[in-house]
Amino acid sequence: MNLDFSPEDQAFRAEVRAWMRDNVPQQVGPSIGIPSHKETQFAWERKLGAKGWLAYTWPKEYGGPGWTATQQYIFDTERALAGAPPCGPFGLSMLGPVLMRYGNEAQKQRYLPPIARGEEFWCQGYSEPGAGSDLASLKTRAVREEDHYIVNGQKIWTTQAHWADFIFCLVRTNPDGPKQQGISFLLIDMATPGIEIRPITTIDGHHHLNEVFLTDVRVPVENLVGEEGEGWTIAKYLLTHERTSIAGVADSYYQLGRLHEAVADDPVLSQDPVVTRRLATLEVDLMALEYTNLRTLDRVAKGQPPGSESSGLKIKGTELQQAISEAQMELGGLGALPWLTAAEDVHTVFAGATQRYNFLRASSIYGGTNEIQKNVLAKLLQL
Amino acid sequence: MDFSYSQEQKMLRESADKFANKGYGFERYKSTLELPGHCDSTLWSQMAELGWLGLPLPEEAGGLGGSALDVSQICEPLGSGMVLEPYIASAVLPGRLLSLCEADTDLLGELAGGEAQFAVAWAEPDSREDPACCTTRAQADGDGYVLSGHKQCVLNAPNATTLIVSARTSGGDHDADGISLFAIDPQSAGLALRPYPVMGGGYAADIRIDQLRVGADAMIGSAGNGFAPLDAALDHATAAACAQALGAMNALLERTREYLRMRKQFDKPIGSFQVLQHRLVDMFIEVEQSRSMVMMSSVRVESAEPAVRRRAVSAAKAYLGQASKFVAQQAVQLHGGIGVTEELDVGHYFRQLSAFGSLYGSREYHLRRFAATPSE
Ligand SMILES: Cc1cc2nc3c(=O)[nH]c(=O)nc-3n(C[C@H](O)[C@H](O)[C@H](O)COP(=O)(O)OP(=O)(O)OC[C@H]3O[C@@H](n4cnc5c(N)ncnc54)[C@H](O)[C@@H]3O)c2cc1C
Repeated sequence: MNLDFSPEDQAFRAEVRAWMRDNVPQQVGPSIGIPSHKETQFAWERKLGAKGWLAYTWPKEYGGPGWTATQQYIFDTERALAGAPPCGPFGLSMLGPVLMRYGNEAQKQRYLPPIARGEEFWCQGYSEPGAGSDLASLKTRAVREEDHYIVNGQKIWTTQAHWADFIFCLVRTNPDGPKQQGISFLLIDMATPGIEIRPITTIDGHHHLNEVFLTDVRVPVENLVGEEGEGWTIAKYLLTHERTSIAGVADSYYQLGRLHEAVADDPVLSQDPVVTRRLATLEVDLMALEYTNLRTLDRVAKGQPPGSESSGLKIKGTELQQAISEAQMELGGLGALPWLTAAEDVHTVFAGATQRYNFLRASSIYGGTNEIQKNVLAKLLQL
Repeated sequence: MDFSYSQEQKMLRESADKFANKGYGFERYKSTLELPGHCDSTLWSQMAELGWLGLPLPEEAGGLGGSALDVSQICEPLGSGMVLEPYIASAVLPGRLLSLCEADTDLLGELAGGEAQFAVAWAEPDSREDPACCTTRAQADGDGYVLSGHKQCVLNAPNATTLIVSARTSGGDHDADGISLFAIDPQSAGLALRPYPVMGGGYAADIRIDQLRVGADAMIGSAGNGFAPLDAALDHATAAACAQALGAMNALLERTREYLRMRKQFDKPIGSFQVLQHRLVDMFIEVEQSRSMVMMSSVRVESAEPAVRRRAVSAAKAYLGQASKFVAQQAVQLHGGIGVTEELDVGHYFRQLSAFGSLYGSREYHLRRFAATPSE
């Protein structure tokens, strides 16, 4: 057993680290775990795109760098440790893999390159008011009329729909039969008449989410991905598409590192053994997650499917993100309480802590709630 | 032993409930967030008329001589009804403090009548919630004092007509002895307020005090003896804040219970999933345990024995600090997406309870204080 990266991977890491050091813009600091400022985020993504590193998990033929799984992991780690936010996942890690697997040639040619360059931004239209955990009960209806689908319905919790050029939607093309079977996967231009967006403000006090209303929206049939009725299979492929960075280990290391800095700067906290212990506990938990994540990476790098060790990555990862933000808020004391404004002379970690803490409650809800994740795992354990 | 409330206490609670939940509620809370200082002066006057502002004050001073348990009967409904008017910061804390200092009755009369608003400035950036830690200094100068220092997150300071400021007239930065209290006009030269809204609602300010000159008559109580009343008054405020938090926790339990019964996924109410049932039961248990701590601390905070008072209140705040986070986090989790929005009151209670964790001393501070206070 050898727990170190190979010399080649270490050289790769040095290269990425140097680039990040010179290129991560100051103002793109990660605030709450998802991008929250459109212009800076887009500029950052386009900068990565110009370097050919935006679609870092993609093969060369679609505009990615063609890296190994280990290189992808190293890249994402260095990105996080440099304090840069993750890139919008919708085009890069959701639609991209779907189109590569299920899209036709014309769809790949039309949609993949602009994603890799950071020129077109996507959002995900899955959830509906009545279909959250029970996604298959979705009702948004698409009826075929000659060479168009006419789409009517409502999506909700659509992250950054107000930034997006396109939305990929799960729609019901067949209302009869088992509910999983009548679902199709459609690509919709957000500029199409009949699409209306209503903002939803989240408990961090910001606008990331939306309701998207679709009324008689005409979508060309060539925007159907895969076959009619194949939407559920595609959605499941997307949900299970293994991502070795799902645990957010590096982002958590970054946040914990910032907390360490803030504590070291504080004359009271830095002397308090209870605080030292709390930070150490978080770091040990993070290390357990990191090495579990690396085991998965090792398997994937060898071309094997992720093993049982990977099952808890999302659950543990989100719990740790929440625990770190909670520590940031609590250790910030009164300095963390000013709302949507920073207190005087308070370390930036503490000043931004309540927003992170509040927003990160969502991390155990989006992408399948932690309860649903555990239901899936319970099935694996054949209970 | 008797854990029941008196008839008067039940009536207080009923009237507070009517005020907070029937006439107030989420809509009113949201419109109050639009007001300067997050305080509706009409409601403040109503609170005065109802006698609540004078409730914690002694009868000699025109108050009702109410107990902490009486006060808790008002605070719990204020918590469940998300009332933002600064009852604790501007009535309970300064009221107890002025009474304990036997301060002149003019100030107390203004407090009871609702004409004045108060804020008590005790926390400092490096005091880490310990009121004995006071680096703000008051130098004797002629027939008065000159104050300099920095106070942090002074609740209700932007609305206050009188600030009560702790400043050291003698001793070292961490000594309990040597702290004095001063009543100060917030408009005074030498005071700079930086106001801001606090998470969950309400306003506070950081205050810089630079060569602020006051007369000797600004001192409340006697020189160097301000810590004991400040510590006791903060315990009263903390016990009241716990009662208020309990109101919010109970509201979240109720909302979540209703939601689990109503929300359907997979063709059944999500409350039929056992894992969620157990989670709601855990919330319920935490609310009940917290209620016991609120009762206990509301009674024991009156103890003439400072150690008994301190242990009781610190235990309650440490317990509720944890329990309220658990209840708030689970309430959000069990609501799914809608729980992390501003659209339901759930997210707002969540913020208020997050703030409660840091106000009036964190869990860490109170555990430390509890451990450092001998039990007999
Ligand atoms: C910040 C954020 C961003 C999001 N972004 C997007 C997006 O871009 N696009 C998109 O399509 N969706 C998005 N979502 C939606 C997200 O996927 C859903 O919120 C999630 O699937 C849960 O659905 P729900 O909110 O309807 O909760 P519900 O499904 O109603 O769940 C409520 C509670 O019941 C529990 N529960 C439900 N079923 C079971 C069960 N069988 N067993 C045990 N417990 C159960 C849940 O765990 C939860 O605690 C986002 C959500 C959030 C919070």
